[in-house]
Amino acid sequence: MPTSASLAGTDAPAEPGRFGLTIGPVLYHWPRQALMDFYAEAVETPADTIVIGEVVCARRRELRLPDWLALGADLAAAGKTVVLAAQALIETEADLRLLERQAEQTDFAVEAADASALHLLAERVPLVLGPHLNIYSRAALVEHAALGAGMGLGRWVAPVELPLDDIAAINPAADPVCTPAGAPVQTEAWAFGRVPLAFSARCFTARHHHLPKDQCGFRCIEDPDGLAMDTSEARAFLVLNGTQTQSAAVQCLLGEREALRAAGVSRLRLSPCARGFARVVEDFHAVANQGAKAAERLASWAALGVPGPFANGYARRRAGMEWSVTA
Amino acid sequence: MSPPRKPQLVCPAGSLRALQCAVDAGADAVYLGLKDATNARNFAGLNFDDAQVQAGVAHAHARGAQVLMALNTFAAARDPSPWFRAADKAVALGADALIVADTAVMAWCRRRHPQLRLHLSVQASATSHAAIEFYRERYGIQRAVLPRVLTLQQVAQVIERTEVDIEVFGFGSLCVMVEGRCALSSWATGCSPNNAGVCSPASAVRWSEDARGVQARLNDVLIDVYAPDEARGYPTLCKGRFVVDGRRGYALEEPTSLNTLDVLPQLIGMGVAAIKIEGRQRSAAYVEQVTRVWRAAIDRAAVAPERYQVAPEWSHTLARHAEGQQHTLGAYDRPWR
Repeated sequence: MPTSASLAGTDAPAEPGRFGLTIGPVLYHWPRQALMDFYAEAVETPADTIVIGEVVCARRRELRLPDWLALGADLAAAGKTVVLAAQALIETEADLRLLERQAEQTDFAVEAADASALHLLAERVPLVLGPHLNIYSRAALVEHAALGAGMGLGRWVAPVELPLDDIAAINPAADPVCTPAGAPVQTEAWAFGRVPLAFSARCFTARHHHLPKDQCGFRCIEDPDGLAMDTSEARAFLVLNGTQTQSAAVQCLLGEREALRAAGVSRLRLSPCARGFARVVEDFHAVANQGAKAAERLASWAALGVPGPFANGYARRRAGMEWSVTA
Repeated sequence: MSPPRKPQLVCPAGSLRALQCAVDAGADAVYLGLKDATNARNFAGLNFDDAQVQAGVAHAHARGAQVLMALNTFAAARDPSPWFRAADKAVALGADALIVADTAVMAWCRRRHPQLRLHLSVQASATSHAAIEFYRERYGIQRAVLPRVLTLQQVAQVIERTEVDIEVFGFGSLCVMVEGRCALSSWATGCSPNNAGVCSPASAVRWSEDARGVQARLNDVLIDVYAPDEARGYPTLCKGRFVVDGRRGYALEEPTSLNTLDVLPQLIGMGVAAIKIEGRQRSAAYVEQVTRVWRAAIDRAAVAPERYQVAPEWSHTLARHAEGQQHTLGAYDRPWR
């Protein structure tokens, strides 16, 4: 049985009226030192939870599981709640063995990304329901909340394409879905970052470089925020990140505080970018929890190298790429 | 060791006419969906009302074929009832199995219709035996359709390690993304396979022409530009031409179809239970001709695998129906690795 104190925070609701801030897993292939520097900076941010691990590509090996676990221990010692992320696409026996090893560690909750993870992790570690599980209705969330009853399940990260009014229908603050132990499931929303829109067995970065996936030379390490895929009219549209295809625009719900609260969202997921991220986290804290104005904070990000443009269409039941300003 | 069983040939039926053509051309099973967002081919003018399902079931059952109903999108948060009603309907109308993706729908079926056979849809994105076991243990699924992202060897490993029957795609349009986990269309249009049952919806497509050529747009996003003499495809987002690093091309996938005739004896040898033909959005003539080819191929490969060869007329027939007249083995083949 995991008894580590670091698990305790997983299920704890954010302070009433405050949004918990989660730093999502780094989706890009960054050099080891860049990752270490990133997490050293992340410790100093107001984020209370950090999700670590490689979720995109099994071939990326700047950090291996023991390295992630050691990093997690450091982050936990610095007061952060740490969650290990499972790989998004499970294809091989080696992928399954990695899940097994994640199930065998007892220090951290694991964020499940597919049914393989649900099968191998349930009842073995506390679960976080990741954004790539297709939970689109209250009935589906109830099904998933019943998993791992004995181990605790703290949180559901809503699918990226769900509008806020759907999230409100699924897990409203006034009548939340509860685990069999009676604990309300927290809702986390994708509040900042390029959105992982699709996964493939094919590596699009390797394909672009005319390299086979097995001998890719890890060229994606050259693209710290992904490789831009524009339309023939030079419109920024998507970003290639190995086997993952992301939006070029950064989903940004910084101006949606009241709508998020009304939808029952209590945690905001901030997905790392290569530059300016610590300020992004600070600004989310300032706006979501301290009443600062969103517009001026947003305007300052470009100069820090934060990628853009912004999008918030999904939140409003529109095409994800659309952007309309509030607050 | 007993010889591998002959896999079931599962064919698409976007209309009652297509269903009849498929059954008469030798399909062991057909799959169909209702006229709404509960199935992943939610196109205008396609699919079945109740009376058509009933007629289709009667036609199929009279000829020894099965009808599988696709209920393979995710129940909507604001009103999931159409999905649950569709499951009830499948039972009432005599469908032989339900093809499902959503755990909410599976749970409903287990409670209300414990005898109903459940096939795990490709939209459920189960890419490993562990994932399939999850659905078998909790919801009793009896067959799983594998996403088109695994190599032949990986397919064989899945079959070895699960007691659930495995169905694979044999022919038709190729999704290069893991089915059930692709939101590219909804990013551009607001509609996705998962929540609206449609990818690159026709209502969002716009064609125009100027000096640069014919342009295909999806909700204002330029998906492709065609030279005057160039063949034009449907502007499916992942098969458009985009610019990466200054180079314009098919950054995700060429307009091409999956065709596994070449590896059919291997698929049978490893024990696939069923081979699925894609194309509920295609014509009855497509269904009829493609079914006939695959009926002949499966019969020959199952009975005399050592003498199996792809007949030139099969390839000729299938090439007429392939996207861009191009074929690929997709992830089954090494080049993707």
